[in-house]
This record gives sequence, C-alpha cells and structure tokens, in this order.
Amino acid sequence: MSMRTLPLLFLNLGGEMLYILDQRLRAQNIPGDKARKDEWTEVDRKRVMNDIISTMFNQKFMDELFKPQELYSKKALRTVYDRLAHASIMRLNQASMDKLYDLMTMAFKYQVLLCPRPKDVLLVTLNHLDAIKGLIQDSPTILHQVDKTFRQLTDIYGGLSAGEFQLIRQTLLIFFQDLHIRVSIFLKDKVQNSSGRFVLPVSGPVPWGTEVPGLIRTFNNKGKEVKRTEFKHGGSYVAAPKEGSLELYGDRVLKLGTNMYSVNRPVETHMSAASKNLASQTQESIVPNPLAKEELNLLARLIGGMEIQKPSGPEPGFRLNLFTTDEEEEQAALTRPEELSYKVINIQATQDQQTNQELVRIMGEFEITDQSRQSSSKGDDWLAMMDEL
Amino acid sequence: MVAADSERPNASGVSELLESRLSSAFRAPGIDRLSPRMFRRERSIPLRGSAAALCNNLSVLQLPARNLTHFGVVHGPSAQLLSAAPEGVPLAQRQLHAKEGAGVSPPLITQIHWCVLPFRVLLVLTSHRGIQMYESDGSVMVYWHALDAGDASLVQAAFARGIAASGHYVCVGTWSGQVLVFDIPTKGPNIVLSEELARHQTPISDIATEPAQGQDCVADTVTADDSGLLCVWRSGPKFKLLTQIPGFGVPCSSVQLWQGTIAAGYGNGQVRLYEASTGTVHVQIDAHARAICALDLAPEVGKLLSAAEDTFVHIWKLSRSPEDGYIEVEHCHGECVPDTQLCGARFCDPSGSSFAVTGYDVAEILRFSSI
Repeated sequence: MSMRTLPLLFLNLGGEMLYILDQRLRAQNIPGDKARKDEWTEVDRKRVMNDIISTMFNQKFMDELFKPQELYSKKALRTVYDRLAHASIMRLNQASMDKLYDLMTMAFKYQVLLCPRPKDVLLVTLNHLDAIKGLIQDSPTILHQVDKTFRQLTDIYGGLSAGEFQLIRQTLLIFFQDLHIRVSIFLKDKVQNSSGRFVLPVSGPVPWGTEVPGLIRTFNNKGKEVKRTEFKHGGSYVAAPKEGSLELYGDRVLKLGTNMYSVNRPVETHMSAASKNLASQTQESIVPNPLAKEELNLLARLIGGMEIQKPSGPEPGFRLNLFTTDEEEEQAALTRPEELSYKVINIQATQDQQTNQELVRIMGEFEITDQSRQSSSKGDDWLAMMDEL
Repeated sequence: MVAADSERPNASGVSELLESRLSSAFRAPGIDRLSPRMFRRERSIPLRGSAAALCNNLSVLQLPARNLTHFGVVHGPSAQLLSAAPEGVPLAQRQLHAKEGAGVSPPLITQIHWCVLPFRVLLVLTSHRGIQMYESDGSVMVYWHALDAGDASLVQAAFARGIAASGHYVCVGTWSGQVLVFDIPTKGPNIVLSEELARHQTPISDIATEPAQGQDCVADTVTADDSGLLCVWRSGPKFKLLTQIPGFGVPCSSVQLWQGTIAAGYGNGQVRLYEASTGTVHVQIDAHARAICALDLAPEVGKLLSAAEDTFVHIWKLSRSPEDGYIEVEHCHGECVPDTQLCGARFCDPSGSSFAVTGYDVAEILRFSSI
C-alpha cells in the first residue's frame, strides 16, 4: 500500500541479521593463537561483519533500494538476504539460513507491532543503524557509507506525515501477517506467549502525541471548555517522557531495535506453526504467485547493485551453524514443516555487470507456472532456463 | 471480561465468585477494574484467513427478519463473507478476490462494506486496482470500476478506500483524495459514475452517512482523510460541500454521523464530536492509547463504539443537552481483548446490545453481548 516500505524493511531485517550473526560468531570464537584452520577467530568475525555491512550499504544498492516501489514477496526478499549472508567467507546451510531468517522476521515483526506510533518505526531503524556503526568502528570507509544511508533515510522519512507512516505500518504488518514462529528469547522474556502471539502491554508510556486516556472535555459554541469528566480506561498508562531524536547522534528513547542478543542468550526457534494457522498458510501457497518475470527483474536490479566478491574457492571450514550441533542442524532441515519452507532461489552474480538481464542466472528450485514455460520471446530465455526439482 | 482467550468456554452459568476468581487469575498486570460487567464473551466465529491490519476491517449486515447476521472481513488479497445465526453458528461463507491486473503481486483488498440503499443492498469491495460491486450475498459482480493510477503510480500506490451509501448513491474514496459518487439504479447493473468530489488532497480513510433529515441544507455525508480533514456534504445529483473541518496533523481513521453529530476517531487515540452544520468541536475524548481503527453507531439509541490498536473497545452514549442542545457524551463500558491489535468493530444489532470485533493476525470474529 505504501511504496516507501522496502528500505525500512530491508534495513531493519538486515540489522537483526547482523545482531544474530555477530552473536553466533562471538559464541564460536576461538582465540587466534589456539584456533585450528577451520575455527572462527576474532579477526574472522570482524572480517565477515565488515564484508556484509559494506555490501549492505553499497551506494548503488542503496540508490536502488530507496526508489519508490512495491514490497517484494517474502520469497524474493529471502533471496536478497541469502545473497547478503554469503557476501563474505562465511557459509550457511539451508537449515541455518532458514533459522536466521525466521529470527530476523519475528524480531522485526515484534518491533513494528509494538511501536507506539507508526513514525516510531523510523526510530527503530535508527537504533539498528546506530548498532551497526558500533560493529564497524575500525573501518572509516564503511562508517561513512552507513552515515550516508542515515542521511538518505532522514531526508526521505523525516518529513513524511503521520498518515503516510500509518500506511507504511499497515504495509509492514500485511507482510508479516500469519507469522507465528515461537522464539526462545521472546518466550523467556514473556513478550511472546506459547501460542506464538506477541504480548501487547496495556501499561507504560503513551506514544508521543497521544494523551493518557481517561479525559472527556466538553466545549461550547465559542470553543470554551465548559465541562471536564473522567472515565476509567482500563489500562495504566503514563505520559510519554520525550520524543526520540532523528539526529545522527541522539537519544532515540525507544528501545525497540536495539540488540537483545548476547553471548549468554542462545537463540532457538520452535518450528511448529499452531494448527489453526495452517489453513491460512496453505491458502497462501495455493494462490498462484510464482516469482514472476517482473519481480525477478526488480530483484536482479537490486542484487546487481551488490558488488559481491566471488569466493576464492571452496572453504568448507568457514561454515557457520546457527544450531548448537551439526546433528541438530540436519534434524532441523528434515523436520521443517512444509508450510514454512521458503523455496529460495539461488542467484549468483556473474562477472559481467553491464546489463540487468546478464546479471542474474537463476538456478535451484522454485515454482514456475506453465505460463512462463510457454513464453517464447528472446528475453524469456533466461527465465526458461530454470530447473524444476 | 478480561481473559478473552478464544479457547475459554462461555462464562455464562458460572457463579459470580468463581468468575471473579477466574478473571483475577487471568487479569493481565496493569488492568484496573472496569465498570461493572455489562458484556460477556460469546462464541467466536472462525475465519478462513486472519484479518489484515487495516482500519474499519469489519462490516456487518443485520438481517433481523431472517434471523441472520452477515459479516465481512478483509484478509489480504481475499476477503471473506459469512453469515451466522444469532448464537454465532456459522451457516455459509464465501471468499472474494480483488480483480487481477498488471503488477508484481496479487492486488490487496483495502475494504469491504455493505451499502444499504432504499431498494437494494450492494456489497462493495475496494482494492489496489479498483472498485467491485456485488449483490449483497457476494454471488454476482454487478459493476467494476478500474482506478486510473495516472502519474502518481510511480511514487504512490493507487487504491480505493472508504465506502458508504447515501440515499441512492454509493460514495467511494481513493488514494488521491477524490471521492467517486456512483448513482445506483433500483435493480440491475446499470451503475453510473455520477460525480467526482475533489476536496481532499490525501488518501480518503472513511466515509459516513445518515438518512437525509428532509431539509435542504442538512448534512448527510462526511468524508475523512489521512491528514485528518473532514468534509461535510449534502448528497444529491450534485453533492454540495457544507463545511470543512481541518485536521491537526493526525489521520482520521474512522468517522460516523448521527443526528447532526459527527464522531471522528484519530490516529492519536482521540475521539472528537463535532456539530455537523457548523463544524464546531464540542467534545474531545482522550479515548485510547493507540490509533483508533474503527467507530460504529447504534442509531436507535445513540451509542458509539470505538476500537483501537491498544486492545480496548469502548462504548459511549451520545446525547444532546436539554438546556442548550449541545452534544454530550458519557462513557458506558470498556472491554479489553488481550494481546489483540483490533482492526474492526461493529454493533450487531440496532439497540447496541451486542458487538463484534476483528484483530490483526486473528482468524476469528470475536463477539460480545450484554448480560
């Protein structure tokens, strides 16, 4: 509904991804002198974070991202993150990538839902950017890239009206509809209950610009207040302390979007979708939504902006596991419910980055309809090269 | 009733003491004791798909003569209609989809609403492609109007939103602020676009109407938009703008009109009551802690229902002061639907003794009726 949603979605999901990867890499840190060839060190961790962040904030990519456009489908967006996560020496198996994406999406869904005002999603984004800058303190070039994006963000969103932010919020919530994956850290903190629904508190500060409920004021024809009565609202709210800052450095006030992970709080997901949600999820997969040519073009333009170094060679030792053991990862891959499968498209950038069509070679499994098979125009050749597994 | 867990059985028949024990066991921290319990949870009606995070996302058509109630909820690219018997037993259901068109993904529906006209009832569905009108059971599409996205399509998504019947007209709002007025014949598909009202500059959010009072200059239609601007009209072959009520930087998500009183719900949780003929604000209620998503009226008794993203529903009684005729309001009842970001709310009978709500991500219609 709003065509300004994609940058916010991308930056916040990206931020969550970095929090999780950073936590997992730190958890698997081995001191440099003691590390074997296939173990993670502090140097490796910093390198991976730098590579991913500089890819994310690449200027060409950001320019593409900030163009007004419709939101991508979940499938298409997942593909972008797949690519991003592999922008460095790190490799993730399908099961770990799935888990990573689950955590990212549930975290941002939670943040959007709990934003007091629709405009607060901008503060959540700035919280992510602030934390990202903390991860790359030693790299002034990348810091400069992030600051540039910061300015792009505040230029465009700083002046949007409350109505436009409400549209953005609704667009984001529609994107996250029916996602009820239970996240261990949320369950422990009691922000999510066992059915997968988030807890919506009815206490605390009201949003900036809202009054504490309970007052009825009556006016006469001339606008003079003639009566004041109170009613029992039912919640226990207090006034908002102050407005969060949109400056480069400032007190955001809001805590949503700051890093909730630490080495001592492992991340796990429970993969059972509550049965009553199955109907709506299978409903979505029945509605034909192949990754149409138009969407692939958009995706190609976006990923084309990512300047990803080709991996120097197979480096199996630098695999990151989001689970505690390899066996657990294998088990997760086998038992992942069908409805939650992302059916990712594998895209690899080719050397030649002249045109968008040449950028993308699509491989791997995904759904295609008979329609795309039958198209015979030249431009559809690459579409027709997709394998059906 | 605080513990609105959908699996919990109907509490009627449980003794007062047990009930208060149960409700204090389930009471979420921070909830004060509300006014003496006036409503109880009734059996929910399951939906095929969860409700989308849109405003005014519940339409109800009351058919007391047939002992039926129709409900309409938007899920996303589809909307669901269902009819239920008085106890909430679902009888029939139908799914409608937005008409396809060019675009990357299937078009989303923005609203679904029954329009009660003098000689017929139409079901109107608005989406990112246009306006679909059906016979009241949704079985036959009688009219399709495609939106003209024009130049705006590069920066803004086109959509229609805001539906109301005014006499034999159906008014539908658009993303540009335009309000399309359709002239509806007593039967058949010969619907004609009669006028385009161009006073609003931002997307229309809601439209409210009430039966004409007879005199020439009495307002019977109010249009609201995302900037909070309200336009007050008199319907006819040519709609006449009677007055404008400026916004104050906050979207007006829902609006109602009753006996010359405009009730408007805003994104900052406020409900304001205005005198329609003059546009003067007479009452300002700090009603909710989050954006209001829906207002509804029980016209027989002047009851107003407000629902918001703060999980609360409130019922208010509107009246006119006997001394000076000014609008007055009194709070009647508040209800918390725990952990549910409400998106739609409607009275289910003209006396306001029952109501239903929908919530984002919730695949059922929650019902309440007075004890």
